[in-house]
Amino acid sequence: MKSESLRDVYGKELVKLGSFDRDIVVLDADLSSSTKTGYFANAFPDRFFNMGISEQSMVTTAAGLALSGKKPFVSTFAIFLTRTYEQIRQSVCYNNAPVRFVVTHGGITVGEDGATHQIVEDVGIMAGLPNMNVIVPADSVETRSVVDYLAGVDKPHYVRLSREKFPVINDEDYEFKIGKSKTIRDGADLTIIADGVMVSKSLEAAESLKKNGVDARVINMSSIKPTDRDAIIKAAKETGHIVTAEEHSIYNGLGSRVAEITSESYPVPVRRIGMRDTFGKSGKAWELFSYFHMDVKDIINEAMTCLEEKNYENIP
Amino acid sequence: METYQVDLSEIALRIRREIVRMVYNAQSGHPGGSLSVADILTVLYFKEMNIDPKNPNDPKRDRLILSKGHASPALYATLALRGFFPVSDLAGFRKIDSHLEGHVSREIPGVEVSTGSLGQGLGVGVGMALASRLNGFNYHVYVILGDGEMEEGNVWESLMAGYKYKLNNLVAILDRNGIQLDGYTRDIMPLHDIHAMVESFGWNVIEIDGHSFSEIEDAIEKSKRSERPTFIIANTVKGKGVDFMENNPKYHGSPPESEDLYRRAMRQLGEEI
Repeated sequence: MKSESLRDVYGKELVKLGSFDRDIVVLDADLSSSTKTGYFANAFPDRFFNMGISEQSMVTTAAGLALSGKKPFVSTFAIFLTRTYEQIRQSVCYNNAPVRFVVTHGGITVGEDGATHQIVEDVGIMAGLPNMNVIVPADSVETRSVVDYLAGVDKPHYVRLSREKFPVINDEDYEFKIGKSKTIRDGADLTIIADGVMVSKSLEAAESLKKNGVDARVINMSSIKPTDRDAIIKAAKETGHIVTAEEHSIYNGLGSRVAEITSESYPVPVRRIGMRDTFGKSGKAWELFSYFHMDVKDIINEAMTCLEEKNYENIP
Repeated sequence: METYQVDLSEIALRIRREIVRMVYNAQSGHPGGSLSVADILTVLYFKEMNIDPKNPNDPKRDRLILSKGHASPALYATLALRGFFPVSDLAGFRKIDSHLEGHVSREIPGVEVSTGSLGQGLGVGVGMALASRLNGFNYHVYVILGDGEMEEGNVWESLMAGYKYKLNNLVAILDRNGIQLDGYTRDIMPLHDIHAMVESFGWNVIEIDGHSFSEIEDAIEKSKRSERPTFIIANTVKGKGVDFMENNPKYHGSPPESEDLYRRAMRQLGEEI
């Protein structure tokens, strides 16, 4: 599978949108060469605002622009946006100002920079805010579609991208739909629900499971909020056990949402893969998945545990 | 914009009466900082700003952000008297069946931005002033700050941004009443020389008596000729107009505690009840 940079696609798509939509403005906090909003800055310097290392100023200014009819895209690293939680809550979400937060360097794929920079709580923090939608794209193709979608939204959105390139799993004609998931692989024995880079890892796990005669469904749940409840309940009904996989804390992210929705509507065992109440650490990005038990083999292990439980349940 | 021949002092007095009535009715709210900012709001809404209650969404209108959102009674009374919604609505302040939220809410006609958590309004004003320029409208954006609010880092970040983008259509007005919730600002967190501090951030700083209509008006007119963003330090009296509230930190966030005190306040503001 080829890999592509999500943030690079983001930066280039912004330039494309900006060339015909004069209302698009972009704000960054001294990280434009990393978030790739620098492409937009070069193309449209009069509509790019480098706010310096002043995230509170950046977020409140974006609220003012959005409330005046502009379409602001706001970028920095995921970790640094969360320091403005309260500005996002009051000035953006309570005003329902359509600010598009597209952050990069989310999760542990930040790698060597280590725990201070590896935020694994952001999706939960943002999804808890009224009016806020939250999206975690699985690859570059989905990122491009999400950025196009963002141009037309009328409420706040949070999109989490990564530093690392991700394997490309979607066809070129794939189109993101808010509130909808995509079943990438059908299966009847259990369902793996994933977001971000964990979608490609789940696909890899499903291939391996297939060789052992296990038929796993894989769902890309990139729209974290609103959540595709129907797909989750359908999976619970049709396959029983669910495994969730996210590059994020299991306590307030995708796994929690799936567990909440199933327990409300159709309880099945949900086994969650992700960070477990811990900070990250320095290391190569792809080594860290193994270190934190979030790699392909860990997904396979959880899937096998599900099947053992199911077989046990089936003994008359 | 319709031209107005109005008696500003009569309007300011009426706003003050409504403020005291609202917090007394609600038995909660912030009278002190509402009474201190009343004259500034009077000049802006009844003299200076290009606004029309019949066309509140005109994209070319001037904007006002009350960043010190706890002074909501002052803004609500001003907007009601200016015709954005019925004055009778003020009786619902802070009540469950009313649209008049405890702190300033954008749901209310005439309100541009919800505020209440301090330090954020100036940044929103920077964004609105930038949008004015991008759209070629050249409207003015007024942001009213409290002096306790100056302790928030977000304010200083936004001062940097205002200077960087030379937003000469942005005017910050500091309601410098010297008191915050826990006491006098000079004791809680002294700002050594606020005039020099803001000036060193590159802003055009004007210092005035915040209860003088002519000085408020004059400062705003001067701001229109500045090439830099303007910061007006309006020296005011917390609780202005009610003797037992004046300069008393207790009335930052408390209503008159008895009917006698309420009557005394209203009498001083020109109403026998």
